[in-house]
Amino acid sequence: MKILVTVTEVAEADDEFEIDGLSIDERYLTYDLNEWDNYAVEEAVQIGEEHDDVEVVTATVGPERAEETIRQALAKGADRAVRVWDDQLADATMIDAATKARLLAAVAEEEDPDLVLAGVQSNDVAFGATGVALAAELGFEWAAVVNQLDLDADAGVASVHRELEGGVEELTDVELPAVLTIQTGINEPRYASLRGIRQAQSKPLDVHAPADLGVDLGESTLSLTSLEEPETESNVTLFEGSAEETASELAEFLKERGVGV
Amino acid sequence: MSDVLAVTEHRRGELRDVSHELITAGRQLADATGGDLHLAVISGNVEEYAEKLDRRGVTEIHTVDYGEEFNHDVYVQAIEALYDAIGPQYVIAPNTVNGLDYAPAVAQRLDLPLVTDAVDMTVDDGLSVTREFYAGKTEGDVDVAGEGALVTIRPGEWPGAEGVGDAVVDAFDVEVDEGAVRSTVTGYQEVGAGDVDISEAEVLVSVGRGIEEEENIALIEELADAMGATVSSSRPIVDNGWLPQDRQVGQSGKKVTPDVYIAIGISGAVQHVAGMKGSDTIIAINNDPSAPIFDIADYGIVDDLFDVVPALTEEFE
Ligand SMILES: Cc1cc2nc3c(=O)[nH]c(=O)nc-3n(C[C@H](O)[C@H](O)[C@H](O)COP(=O)(O)OP(=O)(O)OC[C@H]3O[C@@H](n4cnc5c(N)ncnc54)[C@H](O)[C@@H]3O)c2cc1C
Ligand SMILES: Nc1ncnc2c1ncn2[C@@H]1O[C@H](COP(=O)(O)O)[C@@H](O)[C@H]1O
Repeated sequence: MKILVTVTEVAEADDEFEIDGLSIDERYLTYDLNEWDNYAVEEAVQIGEEHDDVEVVTATVGPERAEETIRQALAKGADRAVRVWDDQLADATMIDAATKARLLAAVAEEEDPDLVLAGVQSNDVAFGATGVALAAELGFEWAAVVNQLDLDADAGVASVHRELEGGVEELTDVELPAVLTIQTGINEPRYASLRGIRQAQSKPLDVHAPADLGVDLGESTLSLTSLEEPETESNVTLFEGSAEETASELAEFLKERGVGV
Repeated sequence: MSDVLAVTEHRRGELRDVSHELITAGRQLADATGGDLHLAVISGNVEEYAEKLDRRGVTEIHTVDYGEEFNHDVYVQAIEALYDAIGPQYVIAPNTVNGLDYAPAVAQRLDLPLVTDAVDMTVDDGLSVTREFYAGKTEGDVDVAGEGALVTIRPGEWPGAEGVGDAVVDAFDVEVDEGAVRSTVTGYQEVGAGDVDISEAEVLVSVGRGIEEEENIALIEELADAMGATVSSSRPIVDNGWLPQDRQVGQSGKKVTPDVYIAIGISGAVQHVAGMKGSDTIIAINNDPSAPIFDIADYGIVDDLFDVVPALTEEFE
C-alpha cells in the first residue's frame, strides 16, 4: 500500500512585524511544518507501523527553503519526498488551491497511491481547500475534517469521523482510493528521534518542475492585490505597567464586578 | 450571466444560521451585478426549509428533494446541475465544515476560481474578496480574473437576512448518478459530557498554547480556584490531552457566554472566537500585541502570562 501525504511549509509572523508590499517582510517570518500536516504524517506513519508493506511519500509545492521542513516529515518516518517548484510559481502573489491540486495530482498520478492524506488547512493562507480540490482533480473519493480513521484496506473502505461544528461528529464510510483531510488531535504526533533525523538526511527528496510533470500552469486566476494589518474594531483597554501592577489593576476591576469576592 | 446562486446549509433537521447570512451576502453581490438571487436547498425537508428561507431579496428558491442528510457527492451533482440550469455568475457557499467538503470539488469540476473564508466582497471591474492571511494577523484583497467565481463566506460576518420575501419555489429535479456516490453517512456521534458544563459557568479562565507544558496547567487551575472560576481552553490543550474534550471552547467545542471570559495565552483564531465572542466581558492576557484576540477583547494585558498569572492568583488569595 502506498500513502501520499501532502505537506506544506507555513510562515508565522513574529509578534512585531512589518508588511513589505504583498507579504510580511522576511525578517519577521519563521517557517515550520504546517500543524495539520504534522498530524497527517503521523497518521500515515502509524498506518505503516500497523500494516505490512506501506510506503509513505510526501509531496510539497514549495521553494528550496522548504526542504528543511520536508526533512522533518522524513525524520518522523516518511520514506520519500517529492517537491515541485519553478520560477513562475515563485513569482506568483498567491498560488490558488486549483493550481496546487493540479500539481499534486500530477505527482499522485506518478505515485499511484491508495490513500492520500492532506491537512484540513494550512496555517498561513488557510484556504482549507487543497485536499478536496485534489480529490476532484484525481477523481478520488474524499472526506474533509477527519478526526478518526479506521482503514480496511482489503475491503477498500476508510471509516472516518468527520468533525462538524458544535461537538458533533459525522460517521462516514469512504471508498478508496480517497483523499482525507486530517484534523488536529486525531493522534499524538511524535517527535523525531536523533536517529530519525540522521536517517532523513539520506532519504530521497526528488525535485520536479511543473513542466516535468506535464503541467502547464497558465495564467493565475487569483492575485493578491493588498495586504495590511486589519483595523481593529475593538477598543480594548490595556492595563499597563509591571506584571504586579497590571495584575492588581485587573484584580480590582474583577472584584468590582463581583468576581472572587 | 449576472445572477448569484447561494447554497444553503442545514443539519439534522435544522437550517443553520449561516443560511440567512448567505442571503445577505448573496443579495449584496446580486445588487452589484444587477442580477437575481437564487438559493439552493439540497436534501432533507426541503419544503420547510424553503419556506423559512423566503426572506426579502430572494428571487427564486430551488429545492432538490433527494436524501435526508448532507452527502457531498449528492451536493456536488446537484450544484453542478443547478449551475447549468441557472447559469449564475457567482456561486456562494458557507465556509463551514460541510461547505469545505463540497465547494473545492464543485469549483474544480466547474472550472471556477475558488476563494474561501471571505469576510467581504466587492464587485468593480471584477470580483475582489477580502480575507485574512497569516493566522488572522493580516487582511488582504484577492482579485479574481475572469467572469465567474465560487466564494465561501465566513459565518457570522454578514447579518442574517430578515423580512418576508416573495420568492418563487422551484422543485428542481436532479438525476443523481448513484454510482458516483461513493461515501455513505452511517450516523452521528456527540462528544461525551463530563463533570463540568463550561457553558453554564459565569466566569471562565481559559488557557491556550501559550502555557507551553502540561505541568503549567496547574498555574491556571490555581488562579481559577482562587477566583471561584471554571477552567476552559482552546483546542491545542485538548488535542494534547492536557484537559478533557468538554473543556474546549470554539467552533468544534462549546459555545460559551459567561459574564467574564479570561483568555490566557490564546491567539484568538476564528474557530476559537466563534465559541466565546458572545461573552459579556472579554479579557486577554497575551505577550503578542498583534494577536487577534485583542481585536475582540474589552480589556487586556500585553505581558508574559508566567509573570501575570501568579501575581493575579495572589491578588485573589
Ligand atoms: C475545522 C477547525 C475547527 C477548529 N475548532 C477549534 C475550536 O473549537 N476551538 C479552538 O480553540 N480552536 C479550534 N481550531 C483551531 C484554531 O484554528 C487554532 O489553531 C487554535 O484556536 C489555536 O489555539 P491557541 O490560541 O491556544 O494557540 P496559538 O494560536 O498557538 O496561540 C498561542 C498564543 O499564546 C501566546 N503566548 C505564547 N507564550 C506566551 C506567554 N508566555 N505569555 C502570554 N502569551 C503567550 C502567543 O502570543 C499566541 O498568541 C479549529 C480549527 C479548524 C480548522
Ligand atoms: N504548497 C503545498 N504543497 C503541498 N501541499 C499543500 C500545499 N498547500 C496546501 N497543501 C495541503 O493542503 C492542505 C490544506 O491547505 P490549504 O488549502 O492551503 O488550507 C495542507 O494541510 C496541505 O496538506
